[in-house]
Amino acid sequence: MVELTRRATFSASHYYWNDAWSVEENERIFGRCANRNGHGHNYTLEVTLAGEPDPTTGFVVDLKWLKDVIEREVLSAFDHRHLNLEVPEFKNTIPTTENIAIASWRRLAPALAPARGAQLRRVRVYETPEIFAEFRGEA
Amino acid sequence: MKAYFGRRYVLSASHRLHSDSLSAEENREAYGKCNNPHGHGHNYVVEVLTRGPVDPNTGMVIDLSEFDEVVRTTILERFDHTNLNLDPIFANQVPTTENLCRVVFGLLQNAMIPGRLETVRVEETENNFFQCWGSEVEG
Repeated sequence: MVELTRRATFSASHYYWNDAWSVEENERIFGRCANRNGHGHNYTLEVTLAGEPDPTTGFVVDLKWLKDVIEREVLSAFDHRHLNLEVPEFKNTIPTTENIAIASWRRLAPALAPARGAQLRRVRVYETPEIFAEFRGEA
Repeated sequence: MKAYFGRRYVLSASHRLHSDSLSAEENREAYGKCNNPHGHGHNYVVEVLTRGPVDPNTGMVIDLSEFDEVVRTTILERFDHTNLNLDPIFANQVPTTENLCRVVFGLLQNAMIPGRLETVRVEETENNFFQCWGSEVEG
């Protein structure tokens, strides 16, 4: 079994806000991230699949195909967008790094199903080079 | 929904690799220039990965400011800009980065909510790093 990871970047804006809470509560919990005018990040997305290399090609999956899937399923929806306002998953869910990782997994998993035995293993999203979240498909 | 949240920190410290159970010659043989009696230093990168359910109210696995506070008080204030050999925790073990990684894991595990610490990775330089997780430390 070999793990293969493809990295991609996207830039997006967001803010953190829970409608069930008061303004004061949102500002206390989310701090500067609660600014309703939003702020942005250069995100890095790492998509890892695991599988056996194909005996003919030596590939776990074709990286160009994986790149195209990531661009079509995730980057086209997230890149240069306001996540709260333009991405349906975040209409009622706060676009934290954790939730971006979960949303990315859900977008990618069906599209990666034809990956000839390779399984989606994890999705990691870096909000900055120092801060990241990961989802492994666990309940 | 279970996810992972990680953060990278930098700490600068000096150390000398030297074992009292080895002769001077054996120490030089085992540790090479790392056995220099005056020590040397590194900018260590400590990557801490936590796990847990995503809180539906905040969209987060862990409160980042509480997480930072635990790492700051438990690890950074203790080891940053210090000589690792002089810390009592290294009185009977060589401060290799393997041992530093285990020490950091153990200290954080005691300071954090049980079951939330997934892995600790310590990068000694850009070219070498060490990682440990619960079963390693408990064993």
